[in-house]
Amino acid sequence: MNAPQVIKMYAAREEIYPREIKGRYASLRWVCVWLTQLAFYGLPWLSWNGRQAVLFDLASRKFYLFGLVLWPQDFIYLAVLLVMCAWLLFLVTAVAGRVWCGFACPQTVYTEIFLWIERKIEGRRSARIALDRQPPSLKKFSRKSAKHLAWGAVALWTGFSFVGYFTPIRMLGTEALTFSFGPWEWFWVLFYSFATYGNAGWMREQVCKYMCPYARFQSAMFDRDSLIVTYDAKRGEPRNPRSEGGCIDCSMCVQVCPTGIDIRKGLQYECIGCAACIDACNSVMDKVAQPRGLIRYSTDRAMAEGLGARDIQRRALRPRVLIYTGLLGAVALAFIAALWLRTPLKMDVIRDRGSMGREVEDGKIENVYRLQIMNTTEAPHTYRIRASGIPSLNVASDAEVTLAPTETRAVPLRLRTEHGKAQKGSNTIEITLEALDDSAIAVHEKAVFIVPR
Amino acid sequence: MSDFTNGFWNGFIIVLTLLGVIGCGVLLYTQSVHKVLKDHKGPVGTTGHIWDEDLTELNTPMPRWWMWLFYITIVFSLGYLFLYPGLGSYAGTLGWASSGQYKQELAKADADYGPLFAKYQSQDLKAVAADPQAHAIGERLFLTYCAQCHGSDARGNKGFPNLTDKDWLYGGSPDVIKTTIMHGRNGVMPPMGAALGSDKDIENVAHYVLSLSGGTADPIKTVFGKAKFSACMACHTAAGTGNQALGAPNLTDKVWLYGGSAETVMETIRKGRNNTMPAFADFLGEGKVHVLAAYVWGLSNPVEVAKK
Ligand code: SF4
Ligand code: SF4
Repeated sequence: MNAPQVIKMYAAREEIYPREIKGRYASLRWVCVWLTQLAFYGLPWLSWNGRQAVLFDLASRKFYLFGLVLWPQDFIYLAVLLVMCAWLLFLVTAVAGRVWCGFACPQTVYTEIFLWIERKIEGRRSARIALDRQPPSLKKFSRKSAKHLAWGAVALWTGFSFVGYFTPIRMLGTEALTFSFGPWEWFWVLFYSFATYGNAGWMREQVCKYMCPYARFQSAMFDRDSLIVTYDAKRGEPRNPRSEGGCIDCSMCVQVCPTGIDIRKGLQYECIGCAACIDACNSVMDKVAQPRGLIRYSTDRAMAEGLGARDIQRRALRPRVLIYTGLLGAVALAFIAALWLRTPLKMDVIRDRGSMGREVEDGKIENVYRLQIMNTTEAPHTYRIRASGIPSLNVASDAEVTLAPTETRAVPLRLRTEHGKAQKGSNTIEITLEALDDSAIAVHEKAVFIVPR
Repeated sequence: MSDFTNGFWNGFIIVLTLLGVIGCGVLLYTQSVHKVLKDHKGPVGTTGHIWDEDLTELNTPMPRWWMWLFYITIVFSLGYLFLYPGLGSYAGTLGWASSGQYKQELAKADADYGPLFAKYQSQDLKAVAADPQAHAIGERLFLTYCAQCHGSDARGNKGFPNLTDKDWLYGGSPDVIKTTIMHGRNGVMPPMGAALGSDKDIENVAHYVLSLSGGTADPIKTVFGKAKFSACMACHTAAGTGNQALGAPNLTDKVWLYGGSAETVMETIRKGRNNTMPAFADFLGEGKVHVLAAYVWGLSNPVEVAKK
């Protein structure tokens, strides 16, 4: 018997020091960083109608999006929006693989920002590796502290901006200056800051490799015609420092990889499709005066069958992609139409359960309802209540009701009809609520009118 | 109420929970390394497991922080079970309970709105009725607590008085309304069938009662009924105008609590009526009742309520 050998099922993380790289795709990533962060940090500061333009007011359950005010009843729009995002992700992944991961995902974007800070303070890759190997020293300590302080500052600002979407950010700013946050504000600002700091500063590629659910199921959206970052083994092998046009084994592509993999080993699940290795290898090829594209965007099939760019493009329009596009387009159109036609007024009709219908003066029959009316606009409106469905049906209580901006109110309603106009038992009627100043703002609700036997 | 029928099940659940938590830790510890024989078949970097002849399991180790997260979770769960209820019927050292949470929120709401109700409480009811904000609050309170019986429009139902007219069983002054809401009322009309005599007598009295308010009544029966009405006078007075001190309705108007047909009136006389308005003093507190009373009074005195 041999002595048993012990395998560890859990291992320490190996530090990855991605080398800085310039190139087409690196620039594209920076464009994404700027666009997403300008939007994220900037949006809460915009004003609209005398309030914050984008504000998710959880306490009063109203979502403000520029001119649009969404109420809990509008939750369907959020659901449809999420469905559309999912489809868009399916579509993009089927066509171009993990481009979201490599360019626009917050994890990537913040890691990019944090890496930039790290480079500014600790220096380039080799300097950083050297620094980490050094024994503790004042210089090392001060560099590291400076880095973490800078990271902390960005993280805090991010957490603050995040909470600014849920609490008016200007108020939050004044509170921050006077250190008068409430417990929940403290919690969320710090929580989100900590998440940013931890994910972009410490976790980095581990989030993509071990924690991200999207990374786990996107293999289901890939197929052999999806674009991937790939090494052209036919052209590259065998590796040789003096090869012409092939891989010179400079390992630049490995050094720039943020997930620490070697793309030359083929498609791997760790690859987030950031194309940093493409930029790296292209710059190497430029230096050795060989054509670019030893590492490039291509598809699995194109690599195996030696297809050209035209074939790749043609194959991009396969049924799966067309169906995704069609569905996405249809849902997007329906979504926009629904938002456009949305009536900024809601009404629930609740029949009083205490009485089945009563006889009042002159033998008229009366039913009592409660109208739950919601004015979802930011202006006051006066509405007229009408009822139809039975001859001589009329509103016996106040027929006009005024609601303040974004007010919700329960309004008692009495409907009356003359004796004998309606059949005994229950009759279907319609109650209409219409704004006096704008006939486009109107809702109709079915209700039941009961005539006692 | 106890959650368990006897102490055994409580202990059973505690032991089961703790064993489960600790078992997770033991499992994690024993499975974090794996022994394989040096000469195991298969490529390097596998766990040595082989299925179906040639299927091998690659060893791609999880990051170690992940394992530590599991351990931290276990420590957290034990701490949680120590502090909060979760282990059988053990209440946790913090003594937290959802009912306590509810009481806290209630106390907070009272603290928030208390001053507002206190302000109104110090005002005269008629002044409160004229205040638009108090009116809005009163309307909401009414729809929440009173509308089930009196209707959303406050016009009542059979057996539940209409609050929008000027007719009151116990009096319609603001203070009496407040007393009614605070302490409730018990309206009792005793069964008079036996006292009046035969069915014929009851019918006669009913017709007399209807004639008081000018309803359709048989004149002959009315005459006979009038003679028998003396049995009713103690409460409804000789003229039939009722007595608000007793809550005895006025029979000379056209307002009927249970209905004004001869059959209904006869039924009322024969079997009597029992009617209860519940007391709200303990449930709502005087502050809210004050605003509510002002609102209800305003329902039948609308001209005096300032238009919003
Ligand atoms: S292999 Fe290339 S594309 Fe993939 S993560 Fe590494 S650098 Fe990015
Ligand atoms: S960068 Fe290009 S040439 Fe250098 S090792 Fe990678 S694939 Fe080979």
